[in-house]
Amino acid sequence: MGLTLAWLSLIVLIPLSTVFIRAAGLGVSEFIEVGFSSRAIAAYKVSFGTALAAALVNAVFGMVVAWVFVRYEFPGKRIFDALIDLPFALPTAVAGIALTAIYAGNGWVGQFLEPLGIKVAYNPIGITIALIFIGLPFIVRSVEPVLADLSAEVEEAALSLGATPVQVFVRIILPSILPALLTGFALALARGVGEYGSVIFIAGNMPFKSEIAPLLIVTQLEQYSYAGATAIAVVMLLISFAMLLFINLAQAWSRRRVDA
Amino acid sequence: MITLNNISKNFGSFKALKNIDLEVRDGEFLALLGPSGSGKTTLLRIIAGLAFPDAGNVAFNGDDVTNLKVADRKVGFVFQHYALFKHMSVADNVGFGLSVRARAMRPSKAAIRARADELLDLVQLGGLGGRYPAQLSGGQRQRVALARALAVEPQLLLLDEPFGALDAKVRKELRRWLRQLHEQMGLTSIFVTHDQEEALELADRVVVMDHGVIEQIGTPGEVYMLPGSRFVSGFVGDTNSLPVTVSRGAVKFHDRPIALDTGSIADGPALLDFRPHDVEIANEQPGCLPLVVTGAYRRGGYWRVEGTVGGISQVIEVDLDAANPAPEPGQRLALRIRRGRLFTTDGVQA
Repeated sequence: MGLTLAWLSLIVLIPLSTVFIRAAGLGVSEFIEVGFSSRAIAAYKVSFGTALAAALVNAVFGMVVAWVFVRYEFPGKRIFDALIDLPFALPTAVAGIALTAIYAGNGWVGQFLEPLGIKVAYNPIGITIALIFIGLPFIVRSVEPVLADLSAEVEEAALSLGATPVQVFVRIILPSILPALLTGFALALARGVGEYGSVIFIAGNMPFKSEIAPLLIVTQLEQYSYAGATAIAVVMLLISFAMLLFINLAQAWSRRRVDA
Repeated sequence: MITLNNISKNFGSFKALKNIDLEVRDGEFLALLGPSGSGKTTLLRIIAGLAFPDAGNVAFNGDDVTNLKVADRKVGFVFQHYALFKHMSVADNVGFGLSVRARAMRPSKAAIRARADELLDLVQLGGLGGRYPAQLSGGQRQRVALARALAVEPQLLLLDEPFGALDAKVRKELRRWLRQLHEQMGLTSIFVTHDQEEALELADRVVVMDHGVIEQIGTPGEVYMLPGSRFVSGFVGDTNSLPVTVSRGAVKFHDRPIALDTGSIADGPALLDFRPHDVEIANEQPGCLPLVVTGAYRRGGYWRVEGTVGGISQVIEVDLDAANPAPEPGQRLALRIRRGRLFTTDGVQA
């Protein structure tokens, strides 16, 4: 217990507290001026909006991917299984460059989307795609073991009682995997909010449109405005903390029903 | 009545079931007995509509249901590992089958709850409706699974190794109780087991299966006393098997005559099966089997004696009345085989 707290303090609490101490160096009005400038607020919206969208998309498709991995056998399954973890291992900047190359107006995919009026790169859509890429393993790896644990017998039991496949999914499978799904969702969301490397290449970083909050922090740092950087960081931290707390509460609620 | 006609099922190159014919009578308690891999669970799943045969058909009361899915067959299925819905209360588990009905046929919430409580009373779990499956013991969980299956008023109850995951004492209680419930509710039930004792105790008829075929169908008494094949003889109950030769109406074990009626078996090598309790001690008469005792232990009211006879390596087990003094290792006993069955060496009954 003591060891855990000491370790947690050293690794998490002390570094985070310095953010607050630094930010406290600013006066209240100055803090609001930097932390809540219209440009900063636009950046928060982009960051949290795209992270949320990406996490939601991942929640659906990550679940499908996990489902297929658990329930079906197909050639090359192990290779695909290893591929899922690649976004974890890849330097994020590499992912960003690769995605930009594909989705830019002259890229492999971008050249077909552009005539349809869909502009992916240098746009919040691009940011979302980068964050989907980064966040996929969180959902798949959280949900997979729980799905594997959910025996086919449970589904068969529901079917034998007259449930339709849709009822089986909504009433049996989804509630069983909900805590794990929320864990994965929270991890993907948190990662998406803080993601920098893969995003800055594809985002285009246009203020008020596709500029993410982490980039704004870097911009402040480059101008040697450490206090300004920490002001934005504090706002982000508080929003993130509130979101994670909310997800954790939802998770505790859903878990209580499963493990009671 | 359930009629299975020429059912076959393959998993890849593995033939799980080969040309199975079976009739299950209304109100019957039928056991599918066999070792693992014998096809008994596959057969049960085909009856349920959880698996489908490659050939043959299934009929319920004359209606062909071969292609009907499990949801449309009105069967109750109980799984070995209960398969309860962990995130639902016990009452919600039991009421699930009613709550998924189409809106027009769905009882009200209160009615479902009342029916669930009624069924929980029936399975002696009254008052536990608010609990979650994780808070129950194994025996209680299996009874919840049973109540859940009964809630949809199935015409047929199918149980896949229903007591397999329970400890011996609970298993015995639950067995007796299930038998009562079967009669009380006038159900037709089929259960799968690998435990011959369970099958003999519980069932009206036992279907003994091995390697995807039915070896024998009969009452527990028939299957035990008149096994139709070497496999049934060895699988149902404890059996000793001696390699013997039959010639001109006489049975010989290594040139030692054994006093037994040979029936219609042809001359040549054969197998003599006898139950441990079908022997008695004799005083070195001709026609006896000499047994050298290697060990003995008390089994209720009798001694289970293990020993060897000259010429074969396998252990012979015989039961002697506990009124006898405990047999000592090394002691020689002359045994007369009171009743035995002869099989040809390929396992067919003479």
